[in-house]
Amino acid sequence: MKRALLISYYSCLLVLPALGAPKLTLSCGSNGIEHQMCEKAVKAWSKQTGVAVEVFSIPNDSNDRLAIYQQFLGAGSPDVDVYQIDVVWPGLLASHFRDLKDEIPTAEIAAHLPEYIRNNTVQGRLVAVPWFADGGVLYYRKDLLKKHGLKPPSTWDDLENAARTIAGKEKGMYGLVFQGRAYEGLTCNALEWVASHGGGTIVDEDGRVSVNNPNSVKALTRVAGWVGSLAPTGVLGYSEEEARGVFQSGQAIFMRNWPYAWALLEADGSPVRGKVGIVPMPKTALGDHASTLGGWSLAVSKYSKFPKEAVELVRYLTGAEQQRIRSLEASFNPTIVALYDDPTLLAKNPHLKVLKSALASAIPRPSRQTRQKYNRVSAELWNTVHAILSKTETPEVGLASLEKRLVSHSNGGKW
Amino acid sequence: MEAAAPRPVSLARPRLDAAWAALVQGRVLWAWAFVAPTLIALLLVAGWPLLTTLRFSFTDASLLSLEQASWVGLANYLTVLRDPEWWGSVRTTVAFAAVSVGLETILGLIVALVLDTEMRARGLVRAAVLVPWAIPTVISAKIWSWMFNDLYGVINAMLLRMGAIDRPIAWLADPSMSFSALVLADVWKTTPFMALLLLAGLQLIPKEVDEAARLDSGSRVRTFLRITLPLLAPTLGVAVIFRTLDALRMFDLVYVLLGNNRSTATMTVYARQRLMEFQEFGQGSAVSVLIFVFIGAFTALYLRAFRPSREKS
Repeated sequence: MKRALLISYYSCLLVLPALGAPKLTLSCGSNGIEHQMCEKAVKAWSKQTGVAVEVFSIPNDSNDRLAIYQQFLGAGSPDVDVYQIDVVWPGLLASHFRDLKDEIPTAEIAAHLPEYIRNNTVQGRLVAVPWFADGGVLYYRKDLLKKHGLKPPSTWDDLENAARTIAGKEKGMYGLVFQGRAYEGLTCNALEWVASHGGGTIVDEDGRVSVNNPNSVKALTRVAGWVGSLAPTGVLGYSEEEARGVFQSGQAIFMRNWPYAWALLEADGSPVRGKVGIVPMPKTALGDHASTLGGWSLAVSKYSKFPKEAVELVRYLTGAEQQRIRSLEASFNPTIVALYDDPTLLAKNPHLKVLKSALASAIPRPSRQTRQKYNRVSAELWNTVHAILSKTETPEVGLASLEKRLVSHSNGGKW
Repeated sequence: MEAAAPRPVSLARPRLDAAWAALVQGRVLWAWAFVAPTLIALLLVAGWPLLTTLRFSFTDASLLSLEQASWVGLANYLTVLRDPEWWGSVRTTVAFAAVSVGLETILGLIVALVLDTEMRARGLVRAAVLVPWAIPTVISAKIWSWMFNDLYGVINAMLLRMGAIDRPIAWLADPSMSFSALVLADVWKTTPFMALLLLAGLQLIPKEVDEAARLDSGSRVRTFLRITLPLLAPTLGVAVIFRTLDALRMFDLVYVLLGNNRSTATMTVYARQRLMEFQEFGQGSAVSVLIFVFIGAFTALYLRAFRPSREKS
């Protein structure tokens, strides 16, 4: 009896996996209402196809996301079938993803913004399909600017003046919040500050370290001056959600953030609903408006047990219909070009116009030049900028030592 | 802890001696048979990863291509030992361990002394004290990070309302404050552990000793310093070792509260950044080995300092 039981138990263990119906796992972020959006979309797809999908929640900090992915992919794990990946990762993770170029109709691929398709194509392989576009934008309080007779700022000087004027008259108001915590978000912010002051892109197109120049010093001197006056000192610990918390509770006039914040600021019960406007990031006399190129794509793992179903799921999620829903309900910006002319979308998300022009002149982070070392470069940058903003280093000293460290990693510009 | 068998009393009777030896041998064999599974399990889960890490530390392995690694000798170790960031993380870790364990010991002792007195609902109070220890660190770290938030955190709100400060303090952003915030959160979490260990030690001290001492000297403070504290010393030693080793390899709390920030990174944060974010598995492994050696040395030092006091008693 016992023996029979044992034998049947073990044979069950052996047979069960083989009988398993396709079941996919999708990794998906959880900033704001991102997770709910994923659950909803996946449920709709499961209903259509009968394939079950589990949504795997990933941390908010993109560094943590990458670390988890590397552990899964490095071990060849089939546990996650579809990965949501950042715009700076295709070069790094390409070898672990399927080439989707021949698995998805060409017309479907061509419908996306060409910047993203170019970004996601590594050595001729399309390793991920763009899902939503991102770029830094400046949120401002329409009501307060109007009350004090000011126009939305176009330059950093305008912004400083407006912030000083209003903060002087409104009690408990900070001028500006942004992402100042020592993490990838600070790299994105710093790139915008430096580029809009004509300081370049940290590492130039040819792989040369260009960060240490008088314009970068000017940019960081300006920003360091904000911390503790225009911006709360706490901004040095903020990532996206903390900054949004301050802005949404009505304690700041300006906020640098990604477009995802729009839907949340305009949601029912939001204290600033109807009082917010969006403009491109400010410029200076030295440099133009600069918005860091962000955005996320979906990639299919090479180790997936159900690649066919996984590709179908990716096609569904990145398709026009889903992107439209995600834009309407959660202000995730489409990567499909045609949607930027959709009148319903434009009415609901007026920032799409701003974003379209921002994306046209967006600056990519130096991930293509620095390849495998990008994270190292980014960490060096955010650590240095954080030290400068918290005034433990002067911009001159900080940037000079950053240059030295980056050059030592750069392998003579070849990285 | 004790030797497996007492030694034979007499050496004059060889036959009995041989029988004794056989008996001992048999028992030793049995002992090995029982210990073997544990030893094998330990070798598999602790020894094998340790050796693998050691092997990787001499290569230029990258996280995404572990197989294609080539031997680089001591290069990884030299890079790390020449990196000021590494020494910064060592300083942070040691300072954190010293300050937090010091505070926890003092506070834990006070809590233990209070809990050792006869009072009503003692069981309930003891259980309540344990709550911070029972919450998973990542969760309590997240709770603290919201409480520490400068503009809508409860700590600043309280201080502002009390009039103790007139501007919100940026607990987690200002490098001069974030270390204190880190220590505060850790002390809150681990004082209960310390208190419980010390309470167990206090309850081992016979009440008569305490009473006799108090009759003799009269002073409570002197009784505590001369009698209670020395008798508690062995427990105190063990508790401090436990906590120090824990504090030296602390990761979760600092990572959730402060992330990879260079000014507050501990040794483990430094190691993880190399291993995971920079994909430099070789260098990260070298850092891991250095941490292992570092903590091993601390343990050895402690055990040496601790042993004589035990033999005396």
